[in-house]
Amino acid sequence: MPAADRTAILDGGEGGDPRGHGDDVRAVPLRHPGRWVAAAVVLVVAVAVVSSLVTNERFQWDVVGQYFFSSAILSGLWTTLWLTAVSMSIAVVLGIVIALMRLSPNPVLKAGANFYTWFFRGTPLLVQLIFLFNISALYPVLTVGLPFGPQFFEIPANDILTPALVAIIGLSLNEAAYMAEIVRGGINSVDHGQTEAAQALGLRRSVIMRRVVLPQAIRVILPPTGNETISMLKYTSLISVIAMPELLYSAQVIYSRTYETIPLLMVASLWYLIVTSVLTLGQTYLERRTSRDRRTPETFLGGVLRRLRPHDTRVAAGRAHP
Amino acid sequence: MTTPAVRIRGVRKSFGRLEVLRGINLDVYPGEVVCLIGPSGSGKSTLLRCVNHLEKVDGGRIEVEGELVGYRRKGDKVYELKDREICRKREQIGMVFQQFNLFPHMTVLGNVVEAPVRLGKARQREAEQAGRELLAKVGLAEKESAYPRQLSGGQQQRVAIARALAMRPRLMLFDEPTSALDPELVGDVLSVMGGLARDGMTMIVVTHEMGFAREVADRVVFMDQGRLVEQGHPSEILERPSHERTQAFLRRVL
Ligand SMILES: Nc1ncnc2c1ncn2[C@@H]1O[C@H](COP(=O)(O)OP(=O)(O)OP(=O)(O)O)[C@@H](O)[C@H]1O
Ligand SMILES: [Mg+2]
Repeated sequence: MPAADRTAILDGGEGGDPRGHGDDVRAVPLRHPGRWVAAAVVLVVAVAVVSSLVTNERFQWDVVGQYFFSSAILSGLWTTLWLTAVSMSIAVVLGIVIALMRLSPNPVLKAGANFYTWFFRGTPLLVQLIFLFNISALYPVLTVGLPFGPQFFEIPANDILTPALVAIIGLSLNEAAYMAEIVRGGINSVDHGQTEAAQALGLRRSVIMRRVVLPQAIRVILPPTGNETISMLKYTSLISVIAMPELLYSAQVIYSRTYETIPLLMVASLWYLIVTSVLTLGQTYLERRTSRDRRTPETFLGGVLRRLRPHDTRVAAGRAHP
Repeated sequence: MTTPAVRIRGVRKSFGRLEVLRGINLDVYPGEVVCLIGPSGSGKSTLLRCVNHLEKVDGGRIEVEGELVGYRRKGDKVYELKDREICRKREQIGMVFQQFNLFPHMTVLGNVVEAPVRLGKARQREAEQAGRELLAKVGLAEKESAYPRQLSGGQQQRVAIARALAMRPRLMLFDEPTSALDPELVGDVLSVMGGLARDGMTMIVVTHEMGFAREVADRVVFMDQGRLVEQGHPSEILERPSHERTQAFLRRVL
């Protein structure tokens, strides 16, 4: 292989003729000394990190291995997962409601939604969680009833506000404020002509939203919602401050007993990395699917079935349209 | 004398300071095809949109089939209707837009059956049967499972017409249905509309297609600056307009 071609490949393969049988122009590709220096720096750092991971005994990889699949850690992981799923689901529904309130012509609803978003985006989640955890100091007894009106029943706040409930409420209320913005952006991205055409057919507002606007807004809503889910997974670690045994807290409980702090933090971090990687893969898949939907919509089940049929895989990968 | 299908009386409409409709009077009789022509910005679309209450009028009134659109009269007062009641009135009025506005996430047949099914006019199976007949009528029988973006503009517009017809409207409104189309696709859409007119549909058509107006319309109405300038039989308005503004407009478009 000629020397010029080799540099072209090492250079990232741009602008060269990697196959080496270009016959019209044989230009010497532009050199990029800066890239070489940067790559060298990155390599040196990488080598340093890896060698320290291997040689620094205080990482205690044997301890990492010992706890990685321990039942306490796995149950913490499970709590983290369901907490993410439940809080995210509530946040999506609540976010849609708040987005619709913000878009409503009713000034009171609009102001209420604006206040909500302002409050929950304007204070740190950690503060909101601690606040909610201590709500019994503020409202020792929770009553269900109308302000200044009849009270239906009352319960001591501490009886129902378990850490799990506080966690779900705190995470989902906070996340709903962000989801509301995402949903609003998605709804606004749908051409107003769609609403008008549906109105002209005699469809009612709620039906138009559900059948015409939201299904189209999904394309815009989905990608950032994936990002939010990944963030939510990491934010669940804040729940450790209210002593709910999610992944981080489970690790903390162990190392406060054994003083093996670093290896247990490694265990938690590795699990977070694994789950976020899986979620990222899922998100990429979903996004690719919705963007292909622009040409050929198909049902989820249809997609799975088609993928299972071996002879069809090429169609699945490329354009599926005649 | 029969009651008009549409009776427009003294309709006024402003957007902020801009007066778009300045007292429009117009009657359209059952089975009649009225073509609205006029320069850009004269208020044709706005008038059409007032007829199915996509825009609220600021003054005057519009009746379709003898009933106020969007309002209810009680004693000598007029009340705005609820969403549900407005929707019921709109069911009788089909509308076709310049930009087609088909639902991109539904198939062609899905677009056509959506309203009848959601509004409980028919069950899915019956609606699909009726939808296929309508698609055949607009010449798109074989496209029922295609998605809008797979169709040409002319085909999309014919689907939009079928979609509006699926509600069995008494009146059809067309707002420049062929203006977004490549010239060679205009003919198919106009011939569908001509067929509809022959079947006796009451139609108000905003158009720049003077050929269509001449051949299909029973009456041509010329609007300018929010006023109805003159109206009459197509031959009369298009060949011998009496108003100087109509003459100027026709010189530009013909
Ligand atoms: N929603 C709106 N808000 C503000 N102004 C509007 C609105 N809709 C229409 N207008 C204005 O009202 C005037 C009349 O508009 P309209 O669409 O009825 O005209 P038109 O006769 O249909 O014109 P064209 O042939 O260009 O479609 C225009 O000046 C337009 O800018
Ligand atoms: Mg117009």
